[in-house]
Amino acid sequence: MSQLIAIVVAVACALPGVFLVLRRMTLMSDAISHAILPGIVLAFFLTESLSSPLLILAAAGTGVLTVVLVELLQRTKLVKEDAAMGLTFPALFSIGVILISRFAGNVHLDMDAVLLGELAYAHLNRLEMFGIDLGPVSLYVMGTILVLNLVFILLFYKELKLATFDASLAASLGFAPALIHYGLMTLVSITTVGAFDAVGSILVVALIAGPPATAYLITDSLARMLILSAILGSLNAVSGYWLAHLFDVSIAGAIATTTLLMFGITFLVVPRRGVIAIARRRHRQKLEFAQTMLVIHLLNHEGLPEAEQESQVSHLQEHLRWEPPFAAQIVRYALENRCVSQKNGQLALTERGRGIAREALVH
Amino acid sequence: MTNEINEIKAIEVTDLTVAYQEKPVLWDIDLDVPPGVLLAIVGPNGAGKTTLIKAILGLVRPAAGRVLIYDKPYPLQRRIVGYVPQRGSVDWDFPTNVLDVVMMGRYGSLGWFRRPGKAERELAMNALEKVGMQAYADRQISQLSGGQQQRVFLARALVQDATVYLMDEPFQGVDATTERAIVALLQELRAKGKTVVVVHHALQTVTDYFDWVMLLNIRRIASGPVEEMFTPDNLRQTYGGRVAFMKN
Amino acid sequence: MHTLNYTLIVVGIGSALLGIISGALGTYAVLRRQSLLGDAISHAALPGIALAFLLTGSKTPLILVFGAAMAGWVGTLLILSIVKLTRIKYDSALGLVLSTFFGFGLVLHTLIQRNGNANQAGLDTFLFGQAASLLERDVLTIGILGGIALLIMSLFWKELKLLVFDEGFATSIGLPVRALDILLTSLLTVAIVLGLQAVGAVLMSAMLVAPAVAARQWTDRLGHMVLIAALFGAIAGVSGTVLSSSASRLPTGPTIVLCATLFVGFSFALAPNRGLVWHWVRHRRDKEHLKLAASRSVKEIWKRKELTRLQSTPTDKYISKK
Repeated sequence: MSQLIAIVVAVACALPGVFLVLRRMTLMSDAISHAILPGIVLAFFLTESLSSPLLILAAAGTGVLTVVLVELLQRTKLVKEDAAMGLTFPALFSIGVILISRFAGNVHLDMDAVLLGELAYAHLNRLEMFGIDLGPVSLYVMGTILVLNLVFILLFYKELKLATFDASLAASLGFAPALIHYGLMTLVSITTVGAFDAVGSILVVALIAGPPATAYLITDSLARMLILSAILGSLNAVSGYWLAHLFDVSIAGAIATTTLLMFGITFLVVPRRGVIAIARRRHRQKLEFAQTMLVIHLLNHEGLPEAEQESQVSHLQEHLRWEPPFAAQIVRYALENRCVSQKNGQLALTERGRGIAREALVH
Repeated sequence: MTNEINEIKAIEVTDLTVAYQEKPVLWDIDLDVPPGVLLAIVGPNGAGKTTLIKAILGLVRPAAGRVLIYDKPYPLQRRIVGYVPQRGSVDWDFPTNVLDVVMMGRYGSLGWFRRPGKAERELAMNALEKVGMQAYADRQISQLSGGQQQRVFLARALVQDATVYLMDEPFQGVDATTERAIVALLQELRAKGKTVVVVHHALQTVTDYFDWVMLLNIRRIASGPVEEMFTPDNLRQTYGGRVAFMKN
Repeated sequence: MHTLNYTLIVVGIGSALLGIISGALGTYAVLRRQSLLGDAISHAALPGIALAFLLTGSKTPLILVFGAAMAGWVGTLLILSIVKLTRIKYDSALGLVLSTFFGFGLVLHTLIQRNGNANQAGLDTFLFGQAASLLERDVLTIGILGGIALLIMSLFWKELKLLVFDEGFATSIGLPVRALDILLTSLLTVAIVLGLQAVGAVLMSAMLVAPAVAARQWTDRLGHMVLIAALFGAIAGVSGTVLSSSASRLPTGPTIVLCATLFVGFSFALAPNRGLVWHWVRHRRDKEHLKLAASRSVKEIWKRKELTRLQSTPTDKYISKK
């Protein structure tokens, strides 16, 4: 059952996370997840339940308030955006912590649950109706939030896409990017509140940022990125869950760890954008690039009085500042590709080489 | 073929190629700048003008080629080179005042651990006087206009007491008065035998302000004395025929 | 009644020192727009502390501090290489590293707990700090390490200033900017790791940001800003500690952070020149001036306009058109 809750939480977080990652606002989720604490505490005093709708609304309100506060601070021009965030959420969070510890005796809300969550106990709080056990409350709460996220994204897909990639065009087309912005921030706030029962306020960020960042390395299309993020989020959740069972450690911590591993592996091996692919491409490009440099160099001096000197193999080492072995490697590479021909230490362009040089110069 | 007649060159760029990531920005550039000229580098946006200056200064690593300042590589000649970066490259809300920024020009010759003292102060005040900003010495830099910011950067380069100056768009967004002041200053530097290389945008002022010009668009189109090289033909090659240009 | 006892003096000195160090070095973080890097480093420190403990079995502050610093460093390095090598932006890389490193630390922590040689208090201290538990040897560690960090900062004063203000120019005059960058981040890491003991990981970023932001409003000089930030940090540290030790169930870290935030609010409102009250007064005065100007005779204004036009005519041919 915990596993199912973990998957629902992961997917619900990953979906709005895609837009945060693309809009460079990931850290806003970190700020929100901390800043909603006072809202949660106050609402908890009133409702005495962590999963009441009122609490979620109050906390989400605090989240949106945080966003507004950060933007207002920035607008004074007294601080930059990063510092505005770095000021706002610790202050709000501090108020929440102090509230909790002042009244800790009276309420059952402890700090560890807020910060770290405990997925293992999430299913203990059951929803009962007419004496029938309908399953864990948090599953219903997160399920509703997931549906809410899905509906919002499906309804406003076009608007979200446009506002993400070209806010000014969206505005000129009458799409009200501000409305989309605050809608998204409200969603993030609601999702964070719902998720934090299970994984706590710090690890929420891993669920929000991890899968979309990983998916961003793999695909270019927004739709695919959304689907991929949901899949990766679920994968991380399930594997984290089993890892936690195997080693008897914190489930939320294990999910964050698998998120890091998943990202790390993708970062290394993904085709085209991975570290290994980049290194291999760099090597190949270095050769090709040097070859193009060689043909352009020859073309620039072709037919001029100094051409004889400039086309000497020995001259390359001196003027292009190539080490002799590298120069030899490039000349070999260019000869293999039939870009140049060599006659007693003199290089001459072939038709093909001339074409490559001209094409390189045009763009 | 020999070029053993060894004329001294203030700046000598040979077969310089620079690439950012995978995209080439400068291709096989050759450029000789004799001492005592006022050279404008012109070309369309994205032509690599700023990159060329940065490559000369060693701020970007070239993929190939070399740069010599008075026959020696740049790291050996730092003391005789002054640099004016683009005004927009720094945060003008940084907590410091005008005099302090100008004194930064002395940091290179001060060396590690030594703080600027009275001598540096005096040099900085002199430089500020030359750019007409001595009244602003104690002013916080965020309170300056664009033109004033540019003059502060110029003053900082002046206290470097260099022989070769490289300036990245010193006329960008300055008022007419400042522009005139800067031109006068550049010409004074040339009169003292200094070499000044300026990334320049406004084609109509090239003939008035400069005596040498380099036309650049990824590769060098032409370089040399303005009257020889600043021709409609070369310009068309540089800008791809998109510029309707009248020589006055 | 409380008397000023020995423990309180030790704790007071400790949190004052921490305030000074984080205030001074936080100035650079704020000016480089890396306010939230502190957040990442402090969270990323958890696995380092846990690993250091797992490997050495020791709770010596110096060893734990070392572990924390190493992990903070690895986290920073990972953030930088993600940004450099992929199209993922700084904010996402930072959020990812911050939360997943912390999660990994949590896993290690539960491992330690399961082996039964640690208590839950360890994690709480990491999260929220516990200035009240600072011992003499902790204060000594803080004093020595922090002192070294501040000494290095002042030795490389002009180089670091130029690095933060104008990196390109710094490179052109031959400063090793990469090495200086590493140095500055290391100093920041030291400040963070030391500060963890007082305010904890969650709130450490506020200790770097708040004093510096407050100080920025009072001065336009870097030197003064560093001094004022250190002062604000120290006062916030001491007053937060004293407050929380005098009232029951008032956790230290959050109290210190709220004290520091009060400084920010106070500075935003009242600081000369930049303060909002000041701004409002000036705005009012400008309005008065405007009214005055409007009541002047139209003729006079025309005359002035004519004059400025005449003055600017000769420059017209220099005005460049793009």
